[in-house]
Amino acid sequence: MSIHVEHVTKRFGTFTVLNDVNLQVESGELVALLGPSGCGKTTLLRILAGLERPDQGRIFLHGTEVTDQRITERRVGFVFQHYALFRHMTVADNVAFGLNVLPRAQRPSAVRIQEKVHELLRLVQLQAMADRYPSQLSGGQRQRVALARALAVEPKLLLLDEPFGALDAKVRKELRRWLRRLHDELHITGIIVTHDQEEALEVADRVVVMHQGNVEQIGTPEEVYENPATPFVYQFLGDVNVFHGRAIQERTIANLPPLPEVDSVLPAGAVDEREVTFVRPHDLELNRYRTNSEQFEATVRYILTAGSRVRVELVALESEQTIEVELTKERYRDLALREGEVVFVHPRHRQVFKIPQS
Amino acid sequence: MNSVTIIADKDVQWKESLTTESTLVRRLLISAAFLYLTLFLFIPLVAIFTEALKHGLSGYIDSFLNEDALAAIRLTLLVAAVAVPLNAVFGVAAAWAIAKFEFVGKQALITLIDMPLAVSPVISGLIYVLLFGAQGWLGPWLAEHDIKIIFALPGILLATIFVTVPFVARELIPLMQSQGREEEEAAITLGASGWQMFVRVTLPNIKWSLLYGVILCNARAMGEFGAVSVVSGHIRGLTNTMPLHVEILYNEYNAVSAFAVASLLTLLAIVTLSAKTLIERKTASATRLKSQR
Repeated sequence: MSIHVEHVTKRFGTFTVLNDVNLQVESGELVALLGPSGCGKTTLLRILAGLERPDQGRIFLHGTEVTDQRITERRVGFVFQHYALFRHMTVADNVAFGLNVLPRAQRPSAVRIQEKVHELLRLVQLQAMADRYPSQLSGGQRQRVALARALAVEPKLLLLDEPFGALDAKVRKELRRWLRRLHDELHITGIIVTHDQEEALEVADRVVVMHQGNVEQIGTPEEVYENPATPFVYQFLGDVNVFHGRAIQERTIANLPPLPEVDSVLPAGAVDEREVTFVRPHDLELNRYRTNSEQFEATVRYILTAGSRVRVELVALESEQTIEVELTKERYRDLALREGEVVFVHPRHRQVFKIPQS
Repeated sequence: MNSVTIIADKDVQWKESLTTESTLVRRLLISAAFLYLTLFLFIPLVAIFTEALKHGLSGYIDSFLNEDALAAIRLTLLVAAVAVPLNAVFGVAAAWAIAKFEFVGKQALITLIDMPLAVSPVISGLIYVLLFGAQGWLGPWLAEHDIKIIFALPGILLATIFVTVPFVARELIPLMQSQGREEEEAAITLGASGWQMFVRVTLPNIKWSLLYGVILCNARAMGEFGAVSVVSGHIRGLTNTMPLHVEILYNEYNAVSAFAVASLLTLLAIVTLSAKTLIERKTASATRLKSQR
C-alpha cells in the first residue's frame, strides 16, 4: 500500500512537532524515519496509524484519503517500542487478539485462528513459547511476539516505532537483519522509526532524515550517506570533523590556507559568508612528510587500536582544534605512529556548506 | 574455593553490621511496636467479643433477632449495595481519565477525589443537612414536592457515597498511570472497539487493585458513623445503620447487645483484612511471575 503525506503539521501546545511534512512511500517499500529524539518521527508514525490527528495536511493510503478515518478502518499494523504486549494473556492469545475481536461475521473459526497463530509463531520462530506469558520472554522474543500479533490481522501497512530501541546491541543487529528478510518475504509496505543511523542504513530501502519537525533529506541509504543534503544530515549520519571558516572575496586558490581554517574563494561581488566544512574521519589522510599544499600539521594525542580500524585523535598545531582520523590497520602499521608526533593531515574528500548570514 | 566462600561470608556479615542496628535495639523496637498494638488494638478487640458473649451464646444471638437490629443490618447492607457499585464505576472512570488523558482541571479532580479523606465525616454529613435540610438551601423546595432526603434513606446514601468516593479511585490511579496507554493503543490498532479494549485489556490489568479498592470501600460504607449520624435522625427500624444502632444500644446501657452488634462489624473488618491480605498475596505473586524470566 502506497503512502502519501501532504503538508502535515502538528503542534503540541506552542511546540511545532511536525512542520509541513511531505512524504511519498511506494507500495512494498521499507522506509526508515531517522532522526534524534524529539524530531517528530514518532509523531509522524502515530499520525499515519491514526493514533494522532494532524493539525493540518492530509494523509492518503493507497490513493484514498484517510485523514479523518478511524484507526480501525486503516488496517495498519503497529509495533510499539516497549512491545505493549497484553501482560495477562499468553503469547498465543496475544497473537490471536486481532482475530478474536473481529465482528462475528468476519471472524475465522476457533480452529482456523489457532492454525493461523501457529503459522505466525513459526514465522517469528517462537512456536515453543505459545503458552508462555510475556513476562517470561526476553526482550527480543517479546518484540517478535508483538510483530506476529501485528501481522495476524494482515495489515497492508506495517508501522514500527523504534522496535529494537530497548534491546541490547547484539540482539538488535540480529533482529533487524531478520526484519529485513521478513520484509523481503512478505512484501508489505513498512515504515520503521529509529534514531540509530546504522539501523536505518542497513534495513531500509529509503531513509527519511528528520530534524526538528522538518524532513532534511529523503534518499537511498547510499545517497544520504554519501551526499548529505544539509549540515545536519552530515553530522547525524556517522562521525565527522567540523571545520569552521569564512569565504573571503580577495583570496585566490593559490594562497588558500590549509584546513582547519578553511577559507574558500567567492566570485567577485559576493558577500562574505561563514561556512562549515565537513570531513569524515576516514577521509582524512595522514602523512609523515608534506606532499601537497592542502595539508596542515597536527600532533598525535591519542591512538585507539581496538576494533577493525585504528582511531587517531590529533590536535591541529595552529588552531588547537581536536581532529579525529580513522586509519586502516595497514596504513597505521606503515606510518608507525606514536603519540606526541607531528604529522601532516590532508582531506581526501570534503563537503562545504555555506551558512547564510543572519 | 573454600577460602573464597568464607571471605564472602565475612563480607556479608560486615556489611550487615554496618547497615542494621544491634540486636538489642532491634528487639526493643519490635517489642515496643507489639506492646503498643496489643494495648490499643488487640485488647479492645478481645473486649468486644468477651462483652458480647457475657450472657452466653443465646444472649449473643438474641441481640440480632429483634426487629430493630435486623432493620439496621438490612439498611447497612442496602447502603453498601448502592454506594459500593456506584463508587466502583466512578472510581474506574475517574482513574481512567486521570491516568490516560491530559485535560484542564486534572489536578483539581484529583484534589476533589481526596477531599472526603481530608474532611471530617461529621462535616460531610452536615453539608447535606445544609443543602437538603428543612432550613437548608433546597429545603423549602423539597418540602413543597414532598421529597425527604435528610432523616431518610437518600440522605444516608448520599453521605455514605460521599465518604467512600476516594477508595476505588485512589487505588487505581497510580496503577493505571504506571501501566500507561500502550496496551490500550495496541488493542485499538488491532481492531478492538472501545468496549472490547476495556473488557479484554484494561479490566484484566486492574482487576486486583479494583477488588482491593472495592473491599476497602465496602468496609467504610458499612462502618461509617459520623456522616451518617448527622443525616440519619436515628429513627429506629427506619434510618438506623449498624454503627448507629450500636450507639443507641450502648446509650441505653444495653451493653451486651451493643457489643454483639459491634462484634458483627468487627467480624466484617476481620474478613475485609483477610481478603485484603489474600489479594495482596495474589498481586505480589502476579508481579513475581512477571519479573521472572
